[in-house]
Amino acid sequence: MTTPTVTARTRRRLAQWGFVAPAVVFMLLFFGYPLVRNVVMSFQHYTPKTFFTGEAPFNGADNWSNVFHDALFGKALWHTLVFTAGSLLGQFCIGLALAVFFSRRFPLNGVLRSLILLPWLVPMVVSGIVWRRILDQDTGVLNSFLDTLGAGGHTPWLTSPDLALLSVVLVNVWIGIPFNMVILYGGLQEIPKELHEAAALDGASAWRTFRSVTLPVLRPVVTVVLVLGFMSTVKILDLILALTDGGPADATQTLGTLTYQNSFVQLDFGAGAVVGNVLILISAVFAVFYLRANRTEGK
Amino acid sequence: MATHTPTASRRRWGSTVAGVLVLGVMLFPLYWMLNTALQPESGLLQVDPVPGGLDLSGFSQAIGDQGGHLLTSLAVSLGAVALCLAISAPAAYGLARFGLRGSRTIVFGTLITQMVPGIVIANALYNSYVDLGLVNSYFGLMLADASLGIPFSIVLMRSFMVSIPGEVIEAAQIDGAGPVRTFARVVLPMSRNSLITSGLFAFLFAWSDFMFALTLNTTDEVKPVTLGIYQYIGAHVGDWGSVMAASVLSAVPAAILLVLAQKYIAAGITGGSVK
Repeated sequence: MTTPTVTARTRRRLAQWGFVAPAVVFMLLFFGYPLVRNVVMSFQHYTPKTFFTGEAPFNGADNWSNVFHDALFGKALWHTLVFTAGSLLGQFCIGLALAVFFSRRFPLNGVLRSLILLPWLVPMVVSGIVWRRILDQDTGVLNSFLDTLGAGGHTPWLTSPDLALLSVVLVNVWIGIPFNMVILYGGLQEIPKELHEAAALDGASAWRTFRSVTLPVLRPVVTVVLVLGFMSTVKILDLILALTDGGPADATQTLGTLTYQNSFVQLDFGAGAVVGNVLILISAVFAVFYLRANRTEGK
Repeated sequence: MATHTPTASRRRWGSTVAGVLVLGVMLFPLYWMLNTALQPESGLLQVDPVPGGLDLSGFSQAIGDQGGHLLTSLAVSLGAVALCLAISAPAAYGLARFGLRGSRTIVFGTLITQMVPGIVIANALYNSYVDLGLVNSYFGLMLADASLGIPFSIVLMRSFMVSIPGEVIEAAQIDGAGPVRTFARVVLPMSRNSLITSGLFAFLFAWSDFMFALTLNTTDEVKPVTLGIYQYIGAHVGDWGSVMAASVLSAVPAAILLVLAQKYIAAGITGGSVK
């Protein structure tokens, strides 16, 4: 009596899993497996020879101690923090200012707002190369513009170790503004009008209203923007390779570019995996923040 | 507020002027890309602010050098979109509707995967790709590029499919439709907008991909335009005209999509992240 219904239910469950299974398998292969493999690889000795012999003997914590004793690792870690913090600060502040600006009603608002997305949609490598041209010391348009203003004009934006990181941050701020603007604009639209009207009735100034009404209500969106911004900024590779290739004198080397250098230039995949794992660890800390923010917002 | 007094309307147009100025500053680099592309001989000289005449030799050079890579990008991106939608649309439906045990864990895992740095994936993938013979293959790059869109698409489509009224789906089932039929005939057509948004983003992600192109290819056989341009600046430093022309060509899809599908783009940026 019961067997037919049980098999029918089992068959239905199986059919339902058929919808989800391909995605699960794909994600296990393309995300789960690399995560595990990177941990294993960080304890293996890779050389260019490995690709002919296939042998990568385990070498304990050698890769880890080599990487941590290399002065470049500390530099890359520091550059990653400066790059990420600087980019987020710039993108967020300008993005928020633009979101507030575009929340006013004025003619052509919608057209201008969507056109401003373009820098975000262009491949990052391409943006990097365009900016490399603009920032060129001798023939770049930025220096010739500054020259006409009588303000310097021979600034080595990308070729001086002191300036290169700052320049890379500024370019990334430019890339990130549209993303910040769109999400914050969306958040601003969802604030009930009555809140602002009430504040106006109480005689609050525009700045006061912004600080005491708008910002607190916007907070969940702000958290999401900042965490997502962090996740995408901390791992950036293409922009830096296109602008400076990590140079000059490793001045723009970050954990992302260092992973690439170790693995695909030096062909030491063990060392690359170590740096990659550090990058994952940093991301994981922020993933926790993200999930918290998501959860508190969802309920 | 609704009445248009002269001062209010003047203030509004004042905001428009400010908005145009902001846009001008933001888009200047892209203008400069186009401007430089139209002045091809300008290698080491300074570039005029406005192109004197339309010199298209930079473009013909770029199409000659990079045309094939543009086609490669197109083929790989379209393949990645197809893979991405084929895998994530059913999954999004399953996760939104079936109440399977473990659904929450899978959704949680999907969110997490969006945080794994690409270079870490490439690091491990390269070695497996070598073993599987997927290095320098179109299919290998399509698979890797599909991974950029799949978690995003699952999250986006799932949050849409959750909101499809249950009665619609039950009605289809009462009419005798199995899960596959219900999905294909009822759910997919109703989810059209979220499918378009997901497909658009999967395309943009794949088209912009540089990292997988750089790491999963060792020869010139499968070279998307992002990698092509990057190698171009190594070889053609003096010839910025054709480098910029190639850059303009590689930015064309973004511009077309923005004009044709701006509402989907805005929906994707917000929907894929906040919800």
